[in-house]
Amino acid sequence: MTTTSAPTTTPAPETASERAFDRFRVPGGFALGAVLLLAVAPLALSDFRLALLAKYLCWAMVAVGVSLAWGRGGLLVLGQGVFFGLGGYAMAMHLKLADAADTGVPGALPDFMQLYGTGEALPWWWAPFANPVFALAATVLLPMAVAALLGFFVFRRRVRSAYFAILSQALAAALAIWLVGQQATTGGTNGLTDFQGFFGYDLDDPANQRTVYFIIAVSLLLLMAAARQLFVSRYGELLVAVRNSEERVRFLGYNPANVKLVAYVVAAGMAGLAGALFVPAVGIISPALIGVVPSIGFVIGAAVGGRGSLVGAVLGAIAVAWAQSTLSDAFPAAWTYLQGLLFVLAVGFLPGGLASLGAVVRRNRSRTRTGTRSGEAA
Amino acid sequence: MIGEGLTIRGLRVSFDGYTAVDGVDLDVHPGDLRFLIGPNGAGKTTLVDAVTGLVKATGSVRFGTDEGDGTELIGKPVHKIARLGIGRTFQTATVFEELTVLQNLDIAAGAGRGPLTMLRRRKGVPDAVAKALETTGLTELRDRPAGVLAHGQKQWLEIGMLLVQDVRLLLLDEPVAGMSHEEREATGELLQRVSEDSRRTVVVIEHDMDFMRAFARSVTVLHAGKVLSEGTVAEVQADPKVQEVYLGRARDEESTAPAAAGPPGEKPTPTPTASAQEA
Repeated sequence: MTTTSAPTTTPAPETASERAFDRFRVPGGFALGAVLLLAVAPLALSDFRLALLAKYLCWAMVAVGVSLAWGRGGLLVLGQGVFFGLGGYAMAMHLKLADAADTGVPGALPDFMQLYGTGEALPWWWAPFANPVFALAATVLLPMAVAALLGFFVFRRRVRSAYFAILSQALAAALAIWLVGQQATTGGTNGLTDFQGFFGYDLDDPANQRTVYFIIAVSLLLLMAAARQLFVSRYGELLVAVRNSEERVRFLGYNPANVKLVAYVVAAGMAGLAGALFVPAVGIISPALIGVVPSIGFVIGAAVGGRGSLVGAVLGAIAVAWAQSTLSDAFPAAWTYLQGLLFVLAVGFLPGGLASLGAVVRRNRSRTRTGTRSGEAA
Repeated sequence: MIGEGLTIRGLRVSFDGYTAVDGVDLDVHPGDLRFLIGPNGAGKTTLVDAVTGLVKATGSVRFGTDEGDGTELIGKPVHKIARLGIGRTFQTATVFEELTVLQNLDIAAGAGRGPLTMLRRRKGVPDAVAKALETTGLTELRDRPAGVLAHGQKQWLEIGMLLVQDVRLLLLDEPVAGMSHEEREATGELLQRVSEDSRRTVVVIEHDMDFMRAFARSVTVLHAGKVLSEGTVAEVQADPKVQEVYLGRARDEESTAPAAAGPPGEKPTPTPTASAQEA
């Protein structure tokens, strides 16, 4: 993955006006994004469209983590569905328990357990999720803990590139299969759905759905700001160095396993938060949303938009999600192939994604020009 | 009291029954500029690999600085050995191609930075980095991506990275291979400047005998995993055992051996023996 990654250095600005532009480019872009997400979209879009956008933004939050781990760190994280799912299920379990408690019947079980379950007591591992603080913390900390444990063994054993991708993928498959098999305690294939309330607010109320949208939009902006800080920090430079030559980094006195672990764990936390917010926005979490295919989908958006660029990855994720829901309705069979084709094209021919299109065109044009010049000289 | 430098005793490295380094004893003191020479397969690079923790070895390797007594290096992981002030370069220059020269040096300077420093953006140029840019003559190129540097400049960047790391033991694996004549001269002078600091110990693996004669302060000849001879350039060249090894190879393999040992595209490198006879 080292040879095909996007360029990370921008040429030094030439003139004073360009320098000023450079200084305001990032905060300006951030402000523009905030206005679009927090003012324009809620005013311009219907409740239905806004709810769809909320769903896309959740996937974009996963893409922020993918951009960090894959775009910067070269870790092809093909199993982000695991962390998205852990966050989503942690949130869903809490909402289910809260709904059951709201029925007023003491010791009531979530509805699906009454249907499919043994009708006995709540499984012990469900119990702590009744506590809202525990559940909220778990949506982020549980995926991070799992990623830390996994990464600790994987990176220390120096499992790399393709093997790492296959391993992540297998884990996503395993989690989805396990969930399907646990009908009585996880809802099986149906997943967890049909939520009534969200921390005391009625989810059927459109006003509350809008609030959920705002929570998601603000979360996405915060994650992007955090990722941006990581990108430009010394850690971000070190992460690129590890991607370039892990061995060399080791000879400088760093342990590259720890450097990769940080990116992997942060990306997992971001996916977990995305999964948690997906639940109130969309109203369901199920194995079909976290298995192999969605896990690849999380990466495709970033690949198409540009994994090396934060904005590119986010816009790519939103665009691919939009295309998916639009096209998969019209041509359900064709979409899967198109998705695969997009991935291959992006990785093979435009490794920097659409975000790098301008730079690639500029480079080609200048190459043609210098080529002509050297041709004249000869 | 200055530390005793690098002390190797009974170092042995085997790969699947083949013994690449076979009981080497070696002492290199601070302020020395030691050249390790020997025919291909003599075990030079494997020796450096063993010292830096890249391959498993038995025996003892200690490195003492003025700050601490020699700790045993055998069995320590690569990054811990690096943190003891031991740095190396590779036959093919390995720099972080997508990062600028400045970023490369800043990362090299930064092992042991705390998490809070790591999460902040770099402000300005650290003193050690500025000094290394000066020493290696790369100041003008500091904002260029390292990937576009010329071959020689990459090697200098690597040496600069060792300098900002403040390593006390520099192990350089064929630093001038594939360099032009001017680049060789510049590299040799750089190595002399670097080793003038009496806290530093410099070990250079080299095939180029002209380069060795011009810049070595002392020489160790390895042959078939063992130390064959040790001393000044003149002493080593006069050693009959050394002459035998190089002459024997020349006799067995005709003139191909010295040519194969030399850098690509250069005239066949004269062996120590040949030049000893010239003199």
